[in-house]
Amino acid sequence: MKMDCLLAGVGGQGTVLASRLIAQTAMDALGLAAHTSETIGMAQRGGSVTSQVRIGNGPCAPAIPLGGAELILGFEPAEALRNFPYLKKEGTVLVNCRPIQPVTSSLGGGYGLEAILSYLKQQAGRCILVDGDRLCRAAGSGKVLNVILLGTAVREGLLPFSREQLLTTLEAHVPKKFTELNRRAFEVGYDYEKAGGNL
Amino acid sequence: MAKKLLMGNEAIALGAIRAGVDVVSGYPGTPSTEVLETIAKHRRPDTYVEWSINEKAAMEVAAGAAYTGARALVTMKQVGLNVASDPLMSLAYIGVKGGMVVLVADDPGPISSQTEQDTRHFAQYAHLPVFDPASLEDAYLLIGEAFAYSEKYHTPVIFRPTTQICHACASIEVEDGYEEHEIEGFVKDKKWVIFPRLSYENHIRIIRQEKVLGDVFSDFAYNRLQRRSDTELGILSGGVSSAYVREVLADTRDAVRTLEIATPHPFPEKLALEFLSGLTDVLVVEELDPVLEDALLLLCGRHHLAVQIHGRHTEETNIAGANHYENVRAAVDVFMGREPAAPARPVLPPLPVRPPVLCAGCPHRGSFYAVKTAMKRQKQKAVFTGDIGCYTLGNAKPLDMVDTCLCMGADITMAQGLHRVEPDSKHIAFIGDSTFFHTGIPGVINAVYNETDITVIILDNSTTAMTGHQPHPGTGRTMMGNMTEKVHIDKVLAGCNVKCIKKANPLHLEEAVTAVTEAVAFPGVSVVIFEEPCIALFKSRPKLAVAPDVCIGCRRCINEIGCPAISVTAEGKALIDGNLCYGCDLCSQICPVGAIGGMEK
Repeated sequence: MKMDCLLAGVGGQGTVLASRLIAQTAMDALGLAAHTSETIGMAQRGGSVTSQVRIGNGPCAPAIPLGGAELILGFEPAEALRNFPYLKKEGTVLVNCRPIQPVTSSLGGGYGLEAILSYLKQQAGRCILVDGDRLCRAAGSGKVLNVILLGTAVREGLLPFSREQLLTTLEAHVPKKFTELNRRAFEVGYDYEKAGGNL
Repeated sequence: MAKKLLMGNEAIALGAIRAGVDVVSGYPGTPSTEVLETIAKHRRPDTYVEWSINEKAAMEVAAGAAYTGARALVTMKQVGLNVASDPLMSLAYIGVKGGMVVLVADDPGPISSQTEQDTRHFAQYAHLPVFDPASLEDAYLLIGEAFAYSEKYHTPVIFRPTTQICHACASIEVEDGYEEHEIEGFVKDKKWVIFPRLSYENHIRIIRQEKVLGDVFSDFAYNRLQRRSDTELGILSGGVSSAYVREVLADTRDAVRTLEIATPHPFPEKLALEFLSGLTDVLVVEELDPVLEDALLLLCGRHHLAVQIHGRHTEETNIAGANHYENVRAAVDVFMGREPAAPARPVLPPLPVRPPVLCAGCPHRGSFYAVKTAMKRQKQKAVFTGDIGCYTLGNAKPLDMVDTCLCMGADITMAQGLHRVEPDSKHIAFIGDSTFFHTGIPGVINAVYNETDITVIILDNSTTAMTGHQPHPGTGRTMMGNMTEKVHIDKVLAGCNVKCIKKANPLHLEEAVTAVTEAVAFPGVSVVIFEEPCIALFKSRPKLAVAPDVCIGCRRCINEIGCPAISVTAEGKALIDGNLCYGCDLCSQICPVGAIGGMEK
């Protein structure tokens, strides 16, 4: 199989860990080749960042072609939309609908959340909106949106792994002192409807 | 043997360990930094690793080690090579005994750099071989080849990955163990002392060796010629562009002959001639400068080959920036005589721009704001010269406190030049602690010696923050895990005869403003050292919150300091995001009505 997946967010939201966990699970659970490509450097200071994951064997350059991604995991609505051109025609976006207002917006640049969300809902093959703030509160930390979104993606069948397969990767590759928190975050994301995170 | 998910820089590091590297030095710089960090983490006990104070020092440390027969690696980003070019140019003439690899990461885009300079040119200029990996898998093995060639031909070699190699990850087969080699030790000999006569002789030697190496590289396994004779069209590519060419051709299934070059210099001419044989047209796909294209044009000219070369010179490929699928695909489509495939580019609703910003709680915000406030209160015209690091982000509105930024260390010296011509203005230079040790100190001495009236603001956050928190001489830690005596910035300055040195906490606004006001009033070189650690080095202080019934919606907290944790609610009140706030308390010192305070736990 081949699958391209793009993670879009704001520097500091943990897109890098999420893309590594997806790639690692593809290797460990499915025995597939995996490539990722991440924004590292100045943009990590609160700027727009993306992580790209490419699963499967065959010729594979670091970056996904426009219109090539089966899935966009949007950690933030505007960043999901910014990367929308990478989505395949019938692709899926899974988006945390709680915005992070950039300083430019607060200074008067504005932030058209309604327009952003309605565009995603209309234009994506499938669009799942979740309330990231609420899910983070349920998980007990504002820093685990990345693993929460992985949980939801697995639940919705957007990633080619089972719950157990991704949890096994978490156990093996996340530092021990954060394993419990991340396991909880994954479960909250997996049962996101129960936590009232669906919109 | 095990398959691991590795970042390109990690793969290169493990490849260097596998090659038995003995001494590693470098200066942090995106996208090169993780190579040295990974070696430090996984090194053999007897491998020595250091962050040097700058790239010139690092280059010379590595060269010294290689003179003994040890294998040495020095790492830096492309602009770092400018700093290290003095030793490199001479070292190319002198040569080495042990394998010496100069890893220079180029940054097409650029993603996190001042320039898009192409290190392959530097290799040509210095007459040094350069290796340019096409993939992470290649990079892991190619670094070992680089050591072997360096040792065999007694020349330093350049290893030049680009951002898309350095910061991508791939599943890679990692081998256990490492190559063993004898270190003979330094043997005194006149060949190690550069003199004009010796340089003349060595110049001839290295030019002749370049020819030899070009032939050797024609048989190099990583220069991959796909020998097909059913076509008159060819594509030549190098580095990561080869990966894009492969992916595009897998989609288009075009009948073209391909040649992938991993050694752009010395150019493998024999192999290229074999590639050109029978072709009428060649498309060259590479990033940055037309290095391969020029080599091909030269070859066609010398051999009177009637082959049309398409690429940068014919404006069929990118002039600047990184290659991606789309632009490579478009170039291939045009080359094959097709309409270029145009990916759908939907018209999106308006998006907020999101440039990088100083983190919430960053002490630099307080430093910039204190200087701005001091100058405003004095109604003093001032120019703010900036430098390279997180604090370059002080340029963003609303702080708007970086008027110039050129290269490492230039803030202090450029302020002096500006002041010579505009003595009625104040000139205030901003430099970080790591940059101060890198190239800032000579600028201070220059100002003192030439009696210039400038103020230097040292933003001492106890780390090299932008590149991911590396230690430096002021931190008292080394990459070998040792604690060393700290080099104190104030003592360095006192030793340079700076007569006005002030220290202040940048998050205590009034204290900081007073320190700046006094320093700027001092005639001659004055310095304010703002001491406060980077937020990444400690746990958050109690977070702040806005009392909505007290907030008058004046937006002063937003319009003055531009903290990313503060936004405005639909009701026009300030709101602090508890996930981002680090409790620096700067906003509460600015709020005119005392609406911001510590949040109850």
